[in-house]
Amino acid sequence: MNIIVISTLILAAIGIVSATVLYYASQKFKVEEDPRVDEVEAALPGANCGGCGFPGCRGFADACVKSDTLEGKLCPVGGGAVMSKIATILGLEVVEENPKVAVVRCGGSCENRSRTNVYDGAKSCAIATSLYAGETGCSYGCLGLGDCVEACTFGALSINSQTMLPEVNEEKCTACGACVKACPKNVIELRKKGPKSRRIYVSCINKDKGGITRKACSVGCIGCLKCQKVCAFDAIIVENNIAYIDYTKCRLCRKCVDECPTNAIVALNFPIRKVATETTNIEHLNS
Amino acid sequence: MNNILTISPSPHIHSGDSVKKNMRDVIIALLPAYAVALYSFGLGAFIVSLTAIFSCLLFEFLIQKYLIKGKFTLGNYSALLTGLLLSFNLPSNIPWWIVVIGSAVAIGIGKMSFGGLGNNPFNPALVGRVFLLFSFPVQMTTWPRPLGWASSYLDAETMATPLALIKNAIYGSSVSLNQVPDVVSLLTVNTAGSMGEISAIALILGGVYLLIRKVITWHIPVSILLSAGLFALIMQLVNPSVYPPFYVHLLSGGMMLGAIFMATDYVTSPMSHRGMLIYGVFIGILTMIIRFWGAYPEGMSFAILIMNAFTPIINKYVKPKRFGRVKK
Amino acid sequence: MEMKTFKIGGIHPADNKFSANVAIETLRQLPSRVVIPLSQHIGAPATPIVGKGDKVKVGTLIAKSSGFVSANIHSSVSGTVVKIDNFEDAFGVRKPAIEIEVEGDEWEETIDKNAKIDRTFNLSSEEIIEKITEAGIVGMGGATFPTQVKLMPPAGKKADTLIINAVECEPYLTSDHRLMLEKGKEIMIGIQLLMKATKVNRVIIGIESNKPDAIELMTTLSSRTMSVEVCPLKLKYPQGSEKQLIVATTGRELPSGQLPIDVGVIVQNVGTAYAVFEAIVKNKPLVERVVTVTGKSLKQTKNLLVRVGTPMQFVLDSVGGLPIDTGKVVAGGPMMGKAVSNLNAPVTKGTSGILVMNNKESKREEMENCIRCGKCVEVCCMGLQPYLMMKLAEKAMWKEAEEEAIYDCLECGSCSYICPSHRPLLDYVRFGKSKVMQIRRERNLKE
Repeated sequence: MNIIVISTLILAAIGIVSATVLYYASQKFKVEEDPRVDEVEAALPGANCGGCGFPGCRGFADACVKSDTLEGKLCPVGGGAVMSKIATILGLEVVEENPKVAVVRCGGSCENRSRTNVYDGAKSCAIATSLYAGETGCSYGCLGLGDCVEACTFGALSINSQTMLPEVNEEKCTACGACVKACPKNVIELRKKGPKSRRIYVSCINKDKGGITRKACSVGCIGCLKCQKVCAFDAIIVENNIAYIDYTKCRLCRKCVDECPTNAIVALNFPIRKVATETTNIEHLNS
Repeated sequence: MNNILTISPSPHIHSGDSVKKNMRDVIIALLPAYAVALYSFGLGAFIVSLTAIFSCLLFEFLIQKYLIKGKFTLGNYSALLTGLLLSFNLPSNIPWWIVVIGSAVAIGIGKMSFGGLGNNPFNPALVGRVFLLFSFPVQMTTWPRPLGWASSYLDAETMATPLALIKNAIYGSSVSLNQVPDVVSLLTVNTAGSMGEISAIALILGGVYLLIRKVITWHIPVSILLSAGLFALIMQLVNPSVYPPFYVHLLSGGMMLGAIFMATDYVTSPMSHRGMLIYGVFIGILTMIIRFWGAYPEGMSFAILIMNAFTPIINKYVKPKRFGRVKK
Repeated sequence: MEMKTFKIGGIHPADNKFSANVAIETLRQLPSRVVIPLSQHIGAPATPIVGKGDKVKVGTLIAKSSGFVSANIHSSVSGTVVKIDNFEDAFGVRKPAIEIEVEGDEWEETIDKNAKIDRTFNLSSEEIIEKITEAGIVGMGGATFPTQVKLMPPAGKKADTLIINAVECEPYLTSDHRLMLEKGKEIMIGIQLLMKATKVNRVIIGIESNKPDAIELMTTLSSRTMSVEVCPLKLKYPQGSEKQLIVATTGRELPSGQLPIDVGVIVQNVGTAYAVFEAIVKNKPLVERVVTVTGKSLKQTKNLLVRVGTPMQFVLDSVGGLPIDTGKVVAGGPMMGKAVSNLNAPVTKGTSGILVMNNKESKREEMENCIRCGKCVEVCCMGLQPYLMMKLAEKAMWKEAEEEAIYDCLECGSCSYICPSHRPLLDYVRFGKSKVMQIRRERNLKE
C-alpha cells in the first residue's frame, strides 16, 4: 500500500515539475508569428511542390503575408481560386496569371529518331547527359529516362512505352515547373494552356544545322524559315537553326503547321479538319 | 557503322560478385553445422529445418506476389537462408506449426514489412526466434538430448543445456557446474541446444570458409568473441566456484552461431570496420551481461537485436578513416 | 621484402594485359583525312592559327594555346586544311576541330627523325619548360593536364621529389609498359630533363609488380644515376591515381583539396617523360602516341603508335576490324575509360587504349536492393561511403553529400566494380560530385 502511494506521489511530482518547466520554456522561447501565415497556409493545397519558387507552402504563405502585393506570386497548383482566397485573407488585390501547362518539345520517338547506340547506365537523364550526347544522332532531344516523371509530384507525366517520350496529362499538370527544372536538356517548357487547351508549338529544340538534324530525326526543326515567313503575326522567330513560337503573339491560325516540311510544329487539341492535308501529320499530333 | 554500341558510365568491368553468390556461400558455410544437427537430432532436425525453409520461401513468395507486387527475389537465396538460420535457432523437437508461425514473423514482419532484403533493421531470423521465445516459452526451452538418428521428433528425451546449468550455478545450485559438458563435447556434438548451435567446431569451420571467400571480415566475430571472452574471464577470476571457465562460455549456447552467422548479417550490421568493432564489442558485453544477470540463460539473440537497433547510429557517427584527413 | 602500396581500400581486378609481350608497332598506313580536336587537354581549347586551304606538314603548329591552362596543337599529317568546324567527338558531342586532308607524309625539317640519341643538350630549366610548352605536351596517362603547368609550381612552393607514374594499374592497357621496355634509355633522358626543369634531385619511378621486366630494366638503367630510384609496388588498383601513388611511394598523404606540389611532389606519367625526350632531343611535338588496341574478342591485340586525329575506326580496321559480337568500345581502360558512341571520332593525345568488349561483357547486370554489405566502403581508396553518397545524390541532398566529402571521390570505380547488388554507385556519385563542385564554385564566387 505504501509503495503505491509513494510511487503515485513521485510520479505526480515529476509531472508537475516537468509541466512547469515546459510552460516557462514555451513562454520564454516563443516565436512571434503573424497568425495570418497559418490562415494562408491552410488555404494552400499543401503539396509543398515548390512550384511557386518558395520553399514549400509555408514559405509561400510567409512571403505572401510579408509583402504588400500579390504580384508575381502564384500558387500554380491552386491557381486563381486559391490566390483569390489568399487575397481576401490578406486584403490584397488578385493579380491574374494565365494558366500554363508543361509542353514536351521533342517529337523524337523511336520511329522518328533512330537509335545509334544503347544506353546502359543509371536510369537518370542527368547522369546520361553528363556522360555523352544521347542514344541518337540528336544531342538536344529527350533522352526518355524519366527525370521529369520522377520530379512530378502530381503524376501528370508518364513515359509512353511506344515513343519513349514523356506525355503530359493536362488534367493533372499544375504547371509547377518541377519538370522544367529536372530536365537536363531543357526539353520541357511551360506554355500558355490556350483556349480549349488548343496550342501550337515547335516540338524540337535541336540547334544543329538542318542537314545534321534531318539525318538524326525525321521530325526535327531544320531552321528552314518557312514558318517564320508564313506567320502573319510575327509570332515565330528562327534563331540558331531552331524556330520558336511566342505564345503571347500566336493566334492559333495553324498556317505554320501546314507549312512545316518536317512536321516539327505541333497543333494540339484542334478538331480534325475535314480535308486533312496530311493524315500522318494528324496522327503525329494526336500521339 | 553496323554495330549498335552500348554506352554506360565507367567502370566497364565488374567483380562478378552478387547477392546470390554471397547468400550461397553462407548456406555452404552452414552445411557442416547442418550435418551435425542431422547427425545428432535425426528426424526432428530434418522436419524443423525443411518446414522453416519451405515456409520462409512460401511467405516471401506470397507477400511479394499479393502485397508488395514487386520483383521476385526468391532466386537470391536470402529467404532460404533466413529459413535455415531460423531453424538453427530452434530446438529440434519443436512442433512444426510453431516453426511456420516463426517463419511468418521472420519473413513478414522481420523482412518484408520493411520493403524486403536490404531494408530490414533487424535480423529476420532472430526476429522470428525471439517472437517464438516469448510466445512459446515452454516449447522453445525444452531441449532434446542428442541421440543421433534414434531420437524421435516430438516426444524426444530432454536434457538441460550447458547455459541452463551455468545459470543454475549462478542461482546457487552447487552441483550444476559439475554437470557442464567438457570442452570436447562442446566442440563436437555432445550437448543439448538449438539444432544449429551445438557443435562449435562445425560453426568455426563454416566461419573460416566465409573468411576465405571474403563474404565476411574478421571484425565482427573476433570482436564479439574477444569481448565476451574477456568479460567471462574476469568473472571467472572473481569467483571460479560460481562462474565457469571463460572458454565454456565461448563454446556454449548461441555464441559461435551468433558471432559468425547472425551478427555478421550484412543488412543489419554496420558498414565500416571501426563500426563493426564497436558493434561486436557491445554484442559480446551485452550477451555476457544477460548470461550473468539476466532472466534468460542465453542472451545472444537479444544482444544482436539490440545492437541491430544501434547500427544506424553507429553508421552515422562512426565513419571510415578518410584519405587526406590526418594532419591538422 | 614487403612491397609498398597505399593503405586505404583498393581492388584487384583481373589484369588481362594480353598485349604485354607485343612490341610497339607504328601504324604506317594513314587515313585519307584526320580530324584534330582543338581541345585534347584539360583547360581552354586552343585557338586555330591556320585557315581553310592552308598546307601543313607533320609537326606544323595549327592551333595555339589560349591561356595558362591550355596546350598547343600540331598537325599530325601533311596535307591541306579542309574545314575548321564542330565535329562530333567520341561521345556524340560537337566540339571544334580542324579537318586535314592527308597528302603524302612530309615532316617539318626541324624534326630529327634519326634514331641516334644525342645526349649533349645544354638547356636551362626555363628553356626546357618553354620547349615542352611549344610541343603541346599533356599528361599522357589519360588526364591530359598540360605538362608545363605542373612543372611551374606557384610562388613559395617547392618540390623535392619527382614521381614517375609507370604504374599502369588499368587492366588491359600496356602502352606504358611497352614504352619502358623499348624506349627505356629515352625515358631516362626525359626524366633527367624533367629533373632539370623542376630543379628536383630525387626521382622515384613507381612500377607495379606485374611488370617485372620493366622493373628490372628501369633499375639497371637508373643504377648509373644515384638520384633515380625504382620503387616496385604491390599490385592494387587504383595505384596509378596521383594521391595513391604519392602515399605509396613516399608515405605522404595528400590533404583533401590540395595539389601534389603542396606536399613537395610532382607526378609525371612515364609516357610524358618520353614525350619530353622527343620534344627536346628530337624537336618533335606531340603528334602521335602509343595506343593499346585490345579486347578479349580481338584476334590480335596490339600496341600501336598512332597519329593524333586518326579515326578510331581506322585504328580498329588495322587490327582486322570490329568482331561481329562487339557490344562496346571503350576509349581508355575498363575502369576509368569512357564508352565511345561514335567510332569515327579521332584518337587524341589522351587515348591510352581502345578496348573492345563483346556483347556479353558490355551489358550490366540488373540492379538489386542495397544489402548494406559495406564492400563499397571497404574498397573505397578515399575512405568514403559510396552507398551513402549514392543515396544522397539520388535524393539531391547536396549539403549532406558535401559533408560526406563527395568531392574527394576519384571516380576510380572500385565501388561499382565490387557491389554485389550491381548498383550503379559511381554513376550517382560522379553526378553528385559534379553538382557539389558546382555549388562550391558558386559559393566561392559569392564570397
